[in-house]
Amino acid sequence: MTALVSIKQVVKGYTRGKQRVEVLHSIDLTVERGEFLALMGPSGSGKTTLLNLIGGLDRPDRGEITVAGERIDGLSSGQLAKWRARNVGFIFQFYNLLPVLTAERNVEVPLLLTKLSAAERRRNVAAALELVGLADRAKHKPGELSGGQQQRVAIARALVADPTLLVCDEPTGDLDRETSESILTLLKLLNERQGKTIVMVTHDPRAAQYASRRLYVDKGSLAAAALGVAA
Amino acid sequence: MKYLPLIWAGLWRKRARTVLTLLCVVVAFALFGLLNGFTAALGGIIDSMSDTRLRIMSRVNITQPLPLAHRARIETVPGVDGVSYYNFFAGYYQEPRNSVQTGAIDVETFDAIYPEIELDPSYVEAMKRTRNGALVGEDLAAERGWKIGDKVPLGSSIWRRKDGAEGWDFEIVGSYRSPSGRVPTSELWINYDYFDEARQAANGTVTLYFVKIHDSSRSAEISEQIDALFANSTSETQTQSEKDWLRAQIAQIGDIGFFVNAIIAAVMFALLFVTGNTMMQSVRERIPELAVLKTYGFGNSAVVGLVLAESLLLCCVAAALGIGISAAISPSIYREIGVGGINLPWSVVAVGLGLAAAFAIVSAALPALRAQRLSIVDALAGR
Repeated sequence: MTALVSIKQVVKGYTRGKQRVEVLHSIDLTVERGEFLALMGPSGSGKTTLLNLIGGLDRPDRGEITVAGERIDGLSSGQLAKWRARNVGFIFQFYNLLPVLTAERNVEVPLLLTKLSAAERRRNVAAALELVGLADRAKHKPGELSGGQQQRVAIARALVADPTLLVCDEPTGDLDRETSESILTLLKLLNERQGKTIVMVTHDPRAAQYASRRLYVDKGSLAAAALGVAA
Repeated sequence: MKYLPLIWAGLWRKRARTVLTLLCVVVAFALFGLLNGFTAALGGIIDSMSDTRLRIMSRVNITQPLPLAHRARIETVPGVDGVSYYNFFAGYYQEPRNSVQTGAIDVETFDAIYPEIELDPSYVEAMKRTRNGALVGEDLAAERGWKIGDKVPLGSSIWRRKDGAEGWDFEIVGSYRSPSGRVPTSELWINYDYFDEARQAANGTVTLYFVKIHDSSRSAEISEQIDALFANSTSETQTQSEKDWLRAQIAQIGDIGFFVNAIIAAVMFALLFVTGNTMMQSVRERIPELAVLKTYGFGNSAVVGLVLAESLLLCCVAAALGIGISAAISPSIYREIGVGGINLPWSVVAVGLGLAAAFAIVSAALPALRAQRLSIVDALAGR
C-alpha cells in the first residue's frame, strides 16, 4: 500500500477569548491508500481538529499535510475548496443534509461544481443512491426519512463525485445501535469493495471495531489504540 | 441553470416569510409603475405635443371665455395657417359623478388642425349634417360600449339649455382614433354651433382657440403678435405652443416629479429594510447549510453568488409582477383621472427592473458578506 495521507509535525491551535490553546502537538500520521482508520479519543482531545485538517477544512499552524501527493497545508481557501471538491467526501454526525432539497438533489450538490451534464449528474446520483440502498427514496426530503436513511443519503452525497478520501465525523453518533451497525457495515463495504480510503472519528469502540486500524488521540497527541474493544 | 433548484429551494425555505416579502416588493413596484408611469406618460404627451400648434386662452384663466369674434383677427396674423376653437362642456352621463369628457368643436377646422387624429371624412360630413351629432373617441367608446347610432343623453354641470330642457341629447355619428396613441381618445366631441345656439349663457364665446402655424421657430413671435392684438381689451389672451401650454397646466398642480420621486424613495427605503431583513434571517438560519456547501467545494464567490442570486430572483420576479400589475391597470386608472390613451412606457419597465436588481444586490450585500466570511469549522461546530 502507498500513503494517501501524510502528516508531519503538524501543530494546530485556536484562540478562545484572549487565550491561545494548542489543540494538536507535533502530530505525525500516515494513512495508507485503501485503509479504514478510526481516530478515537475523548471529547476535546483534538480528533475532529485532526480530521478537519486531513479533509482540508482547516489549515495547520505548522507542519506539512500531503494528501494524494498534493501539499494542502499552504493552499489558499479558494484552492482548498477546489481541492476538497475533487478529493474528499464528508460524512457528518448530524447528516447536514439541506432540508429543502430532495434526497437526489442533496446527493447532486457536489456534482454541481463539475462539468457533468444534467443527464450525467442524474445517472451518477441514481447510482450513488442505489449503492446505499435508497433508490426508492430519491424524491423524499430529509424530513421524510429516518435518521439511518438520512445518513445513507449523506454517504451517497459523499461518494457521488468519486472522491479519493472519505472523512467521517462521528457518523453513527446520532443513530441507534442497529442503524449504526448498518451504516458502519456500509462504510466497511465501501472500503473493502470500492477501495475507498476512510478516516473516521468516533468515540464509540464498537464503531472503531469496523476500521482496519485504530489510533487514539489524547490531549492533542496520537497513540496506537491499545484499548480492548468490547464485542 | 444547474444552480436554480438550489437557489429556488433556499428561497422557499420559509414559505410564509418569502410570500410576505414578495407581496411587499410587488406592492412597492406596482406603486412605482403607476406613479412613474404617470409622470413618464405625461412627459411623453408633452414631448409629442406639436410646436406648430398654438393654444389661446384667456389671460385671466382658462375658465374665462374668449369672444368668437377673436377668430377673424387671429387669422390675419402672418404665419397663421388655420384657426379652430373648443368649448368645455363638462358633461356627465346619468349622474354628475359619472363624468364624460366632452368638448364642443368646429369639426371641419378641428380636423384640419389635428392631422394626427384619424377621422373618416364621412364622419365629418355626418357631423355637419347632424346638428346634435357627436364623435366618440376610441377609448371612450370601448369604456362605455358606445357605438355609431347610439343616442347619448348627457347632462352638463355648467351649461343649461335655453329651452329649459334638462339634458342634452346627442347622437353618435362617428368615431376618431389616434394611430400614434399620442392623442387621448377618451373624449366626446359635439358640434359647437348646436351647443352655442342651445346654451342659455355665454353665447358666442369659446374656451380655447387652436392655431396652426407652419414654422415652429416662429411660435413665440406669432404668440406675441396674437396677444398684442387683444392687449388692453376686455378679453386679453395668453398664447402658447401646445407643448408649453400643457407644461404650464401640469405645473399648476405642483412639481409632480418631485412628489412622485419622494413617495417612491420613501417606499423603497422602507422596502430595503424588509428585504434586507429577510435575506439576513435567511442566511443566518442557513449557516450550517452554507458551511456544508463550502465543505463540498463551493468557494466564497459561489456562496456569495447563491445569496445574491436568491435575492435577485426574489426582487426581480416580484418587481416584474408589480410592474406587470401596474401596466395592466394603469390605462384604466389614468382614464379615471382624465388622462386617457396612456400605456406604461417601456422606459419605466426597464428602470423598474434595473432598480429591483440594484435593490436586490444592496439588500443581499451584508448577508452575502456574512456567508462569504463564515468559517466552515466554526459553523459546523455550531459556534
